Amino acid sequence: MSLLYFFFAILSILAIASAIVTIASQNPVRSAFALIFHFFMLAGLYLTLNAQFVAAVQVLVYAGAIMVLVVFVIMLLNLSNEEQLSERINFRRAIAIIFGIVFTIQIAISIFVPSTVNNNLHPKSVEIGTAQFIGKSLYSNYLVPFEIVGILLISAIIGAIVLAKRKID
Amino acid sequence: MQNVPLEFYLIVSAILFTIGTIGVLTRRNAIVIFMSIELMLNSVNLTFVAFSAFMGDVAGQIFVFFVMAIAAGEATIGLAIVLALFRNKQTVYVDEANSLKW
Repeated sequence: MSLLYFFFAILSILAIASAIVTIASQNPVRSAFALIFHFFMLAGLYLTLNAQFVAAVQVLVYAGAIMVLVVFVIMLLNLSNEEQLSERINFRRAIAIIFGIVFTIQIAISIFVPSTVNNNLHPKSVEIGTAQFIGKSLYSNYLVPFEIVGILLISAIIGAIVLAKRKID
Repeated sequence: MQNVPLEFYLIVSAILFTIGTIGVLTRRNAIVIFMSIELMLNSVNLTFVAFSAFMGDVAGQIFVFFVMAIAAGEATIGLAIVLALFRNKQTVYVDEANSLKW
């Protein structure tokens, strides 16, 4: 048992626990903060995979930008706790949990078929996690998708403004 | 140093994806549904990064950035829709937005 196993176990247990808190909490603010904690744990998991730049961007973009937006909207709407769910919703919850367990078992079975992927981290994995390597690849081989993502973000900004602005009579 | 096998990362990712799916199916609050969608997108990101590190291919990490950009755009548009819904109907519960239901 090496140190990496220890970190992986701690990080993944905390990630799963905070994900459960996110979907189970009645208070939306509590689930938002559990989700922020979950993003930090995922950044730690990326670090165990030598993906340092992805880990940094995960914290900056998800925990920094997207969750600020979500928390801001929660504050703006002044929400109360979700009241107790009705009978029909309880039935739906049971169906969803059964579906989820079956789905996880199916994925687990398909994961443990013998694969051709190497069982050790690739020796190049330290190099390709750096910002330099990712940047070079992003601006050469993946330049066209990169530009298209820029257009997508512009259209998302314009769409959000059009949807959220007040109608002026 | 002995590293953690790929299967462990994939199992964690599958569990997180299932938790996100259960959240989307069971919650009524639209904002929590958005957070569950973020959970699902993040679990797929974990799979991408794991395969990228184990196969020595940078494409997985590049795709993580594209997924993050899509998630940012989706969160922006979705929260704007939630704001518009709240302004018109004073609710964020998805089962109360039933004007189009027959």
